[in-house]
Amino acid sequence: MLYGGLARTETASGDTPRVLANPVSGYAFQAPDTQALQNDDFANPGLLWRDKGGTYWRAAPANGKPACAGCHTSDTRPIAGAAARYPQYHPGEQRVINLEQRINLCRWENQGMAPLAYESDTLLSLTTYVASLSRGQPFQIHIEGPARPFFDAGREYFYTRRGQLNLACHHCHERNVGRMLRGDRLSQGHGNAYPAYRLEWQKIGSLQRRLRFCNTGVRAEPFALGAQQYVNLEFFLAWRAATLPIETPGVRR
Amino acid sequence: MLNVRISAPESAAPGQLIEIKTLISHPMESGFRRDAVGKPIPRNILTEFVCFFDEREIFRADFFPAVAANPYLSFFTRVTASGTLTFQWTDQHGQVTREARRLTLVAGADGP
Repeated sequence: MLYGGLARTETASGDTPRVLANPVSGYAFQAPDTQALQNDDFANPGLLWRDKGGTYWRAAPANGKPACAGCHTSDTRPIAGAAARYPQYHPGEQRVINLEQRINLCRWENQGMAPLAYESDTLLSLTTYVASLSRGQPFQIHIEGPARPFFDAGREYFYTRRGQLNLACHHCHERNVGRMLRGDRLSQGHGNAYPAYRLEWQKIGSLQRRLRFCNTGVRAEPFALGAQQYVNLEFFLAWRAATLPIETPGVRR
Repeated sequence: MLNVRISAPESAAPGQLIEIKTLISHPMESGFRRDAVGKPIPRNILTEFVCFFDEREIFRADFFPAVAANPYLSFFTRVTASGTLTFQWTDQHGQVTREARRLTLVAGADGP
């Protein structure tokens, strides 16, 4: 089972050429029992975090400011589908931010609360909840305008060799897709299932945790969680996934 | 506070066999692992699960360090009366997490 799709397809409109002719979700590279666990609307352990995130979403903070659900109703500022548009350029921040950072920004600006630590259970739960409301929706990533330099930096990261093993992301996730890397089948490296429950972690984790894991895998020094380098890479990956639907909470090996 | 998911029907026909599923968030730390600086991570596990139908115990499970995080259980019971299903997890420190679901007997509901 080899997944090709490496042909660089030029689009007629002169858009940035797509890298993958046919993006395939990491789901397709999982063992059948892992896929079954993700499909199970009860037993998928990521749903524990989604449920908890829903509780945080509806809980009003002690300082009298509104709960997330107080501002985001289905009529005003609807949140369904929003996660499919992240990472996204934020004019106030003058940079591209991801969903975790958007949640923290909203918390700070509208709820007057300190940002949550990256990879904290609360932030993971909230992110999982928000992303799960976009489950099944395709990515809609806009890379032009002020976002462009961040996209270019993310793309450069993807194709730059790093670490003692001297490998770039694309060596595994484009040139050897479908082959085995020890016990794992190499996927195309899409982030559409994240935050995802990884059986190895025995808990849910962010895409950036997964990227750090990739970095240490090639014996490179990983960046800190929330680093702009990773946000740029997430941005490039989301664009590269084209119209793959969000799967959060996904289940991975 | 541990996060719990329970799947149990709200109503069932007399004599019907129903499936009950439970999932609970718990790290189930085995006590055999070490952290990044080599310090042992203390054991932290759930040790027992019991399901009651009203006062009567209908299912029990013991957990051990080898059980994976976020234990999932599925079991079956035959419904004979209306009542309350109580689910109870106990951790190694004796801390109890309890959830309850009402089950109503409905004549003529889809049986097996």
